[in-house]
Amino acid sequence: MEFGIFVVFAALALAGSLTVVLGHNPVHCALGLVLALVSVAVFFLQQDAQLLAAVQVIVYAGAVVVLFLFVIMLLGVDREETLHEPIRYQRPAALALGAIVLAEVLFLAGRTWATGTPSARGPLEEDAGYNNIETVARTLFTDFLWPFEITAALLVIAVVGGVVLARRSGQPAELVDEGIEAPEPEDAAGEPEKSAS
Amino acid sequence: MIAALELTANYYLVLAALLFTIGTVGLLIRRNVLVMFMCVELMLNAANLTFVTFARELDDVGGQAIVFFTLVVAAAEVAVGLAIIVAIFRRRRGATADDVHLLKG
Repeated sequence: MEFGIFVVFAALALAGSLTVVLGHNPVHCALGLVLALVSVAVFFLQQDAQLLAAVQVIVYAGAVVVLFLFVIMLLGVDREETLHEPIRYQRPAALALGAIVLAEVLFLAGRTWATGTPSARGPLEEDAGYNNIETVARTLFTDFLWPFEITAALLVIAVVGGVVLARRSGQPAELVDEGIEAPEPEDAAGEPEKSAS
Repeated sequence: MIAALELTANYYLVLAALLFTIGTVGLLIRRNVLVMFMCVELMLNAANLTFVTFARELDDVGGQAIVFFTLVVAAAEVAVGLAIIVAIFRRRRGATADDVHLLKG
């Protein structure tokens, strides 16, 4: 039963992530991302991380992907991208690099020494009376209190940065380069001919 | 035969490796900035899955706590990144990463 659930949702996660990579329409890519994220949330549930599964669905599928879709709709980029390749052999090189990364990570995952260290932060399932939320909260507010406080600063910085960057009239918009305008198609070459004829 | 298929941590680790690789390749071959962002999210999720797997394997709740911080960083990254994309779009009608090449020599 457990294995069957894993197989089904592993297939769904792979299908979703392949949709993200291969989809032509950005909206399809976002929907594939939702599929992959929800499948990962199921794996969290299977591994006794109930709180994280809920947070995954709420924050990722609920907030992040909606933000993506909102920007796609706002900018109207739901059209196909160009297949022009600025760097030669970039795609074959990317595929080769991906194969190398996969082999490397699989090699690391197959080693037994990677799973041999003893517990340092306390067990996942504490004594009776603690559920997953209480266990995570206990370690979050004791062992990880300082990173937790820094997280608050990071979120404030992100909010302020987002507001400043997205403001319509302001200095930061001028930080974005306009690029070098393509020269106007000159009629100068054609003019003398026309006048000559 | 079915009983022999025991669900071990290695299955999750291999799946996370596959998801991470797909995200990496997608980040490298796609030119649409929004889709590149989605690939980054995919890679972060693969790392999260690895964290949770090891938290279960080592019976250590620290792995689950780290995933929280990864989620926060991912959310902040998306907020700032999408604001940058919107700012770029105001100036130029293009969504490809190759359009922003002022620093290219």
